[in-house]
Amino acid sequence: MSKDREFYWRRLHSLLGIIPVGLFVTQHLLINFQATHGAEAFNTASGFMGNLPFLWFLEWFVIYIPLMFHAFYGVYIAFTAAPNNQRFGTFRNWMFLLQRITGVILVIFIAWHIFQTRIQKALGTEVDYDMMANILSNPVMVAFYALGIISATFHLANGIWSFLVSWGITQSPKSQKIATYITLIFFVVLSVIGVGALLAFI
Amino acid sequence: MGNEAQKYVEVEVQRQDDSNSNPYWEKFRVPYRPNMNVISVLMAIRENPVTTDGKQTTPIAWNMNCLEEVCGACSMVINGRPRQSCSALVDQLEQPLKLQPMSTFPVIRDLQIDRSRMFDSLKKVKAWVPIDGSYDLGEGPRMPERKREWAYELSKCMTCGVCLESCPNVNSHSDFIGPAPLSQVRLFNSHPTGAMNKDVRLNAIMGEGGLANCGNAQNCVAACPKGIPLTTSIAALNRATTVQMFRNFFGSDHMVD
Repeated sequence: MSKDREFYWRRLHSLLGIIPVGLFVTQHLLINFQATHGAEAFNTASGFMGNLPFLWFLEWFVIYIPLMFHAFYGVYIAFTAAPNNQRFGTFRNWMFLLQRITGVILVIFIAWHIFQTRIQKALGTEVDYDMMANILSNPVMVAFYALGIISATFHLANGIWSFLVSWGITQSPKSQKIATYITLIFFVVLSVIGVGALLAFI
Repeated sequence: MGNEAQKYVEVEVQRQDDSNSNPYWEKFRVPYRPNMNVISVLMAIRENPVTTDGKQTTPIAWNMNCLEEVCGACSMVINGRPRQSCSALVDQLEQPLKLQPMSTFPVIRDLQIDRSRMFDSLKKVKAWVPIDGSYDLGEGPRMPERKREWAYELSKCMTCGVCLESCPNVNSHSDFIGPAPLSQVRLFNSHPTGAMNKDVRLNAIMGEGGLANCGNAQNCVAACPKGIPLTTSIAALNRATTVQMFRNFFGSDHMVD
């Protein structure tokens, strides 16, 4: 990737993080939340998603390709930073570091999650409530999934904040501060939904 | 007064003999005088370059010029924070004073660094108002007074390098030009005559090492000794480049107005 196009790569990275990846993550967690209404409700919701027309197209163009670009370019971004939180312990500097740490966690978590679910489906296993209940019968997996979900909700919420700055929507310090509060609330709400769904499989 | 016991200032300096050699630390004990700044401590060491252990050494090299925090030359890392040594008062600092060169820049010797990359960046983003021509262009458009007052804050930048030193994305494996030259683009694009070339500057910061490298850690605005709203400048430029990006692609008759 040529360096003089990096402005466009970065903007694409920022955009794809929200649309479609961020929208997909939100919708994924909402569908998972159906598990709190029982196995049948979850199976109905996930069955609807799994039987959408042109599923392969949706999967590749709404999920895999944007997600892979966001993930791999994001790892490059993360490793070109030299964090200095020891010297500058400001709130935003910690958010900067956490955004990069959660990003790297997510690359590992999502790779594992896809292996455990989508690839198993391709190999002939049914993706349903029982599959997740089975995976989450292992306490280590519960902890790993909880870490993955909270990393995802944080990365998305803080990503919305930096999206608003990166595209020049929030310019004034005041608007950036209010965006911080709103995205933090979004982080908490989405985390409760995500972890609530996780606990429904146990 | 003369009966009082002489107080001393304890200083530790990270030294380096030339740009290629390894850094090492030396400790000094300097006679205290009231109202000392870090520069006067360094001058006292220069008068008597002997370490605390009694070893004769070379005077410390550092840069300085205005001594009133407007030139930016004497920036160094003092007790872990990048700042100007002229306005760093010993009475307000914890001892031992720890003096280091700003690690973002190549060290020439001791605390003396080469800030050329910042001046190269200013050239790259064309941080000036071009008025040269083959004939007299006459007076430029008038600038509203309130805008002048606002732009004056941005013009306080002294290219000291503290914002680059504080930025986690300005480092040896990134070619990010840093906050200072970006904010200068906002300054010159706000100038009524300077704005006649704003698309050129915006396209320059949309290139390699430009605006998009900002990771919004926002250390720069906290570290800037002049209180320049650097992160507001970056967000403003993000908006301007968003518009510029669409103008470049879809075409526009309003590249400069």
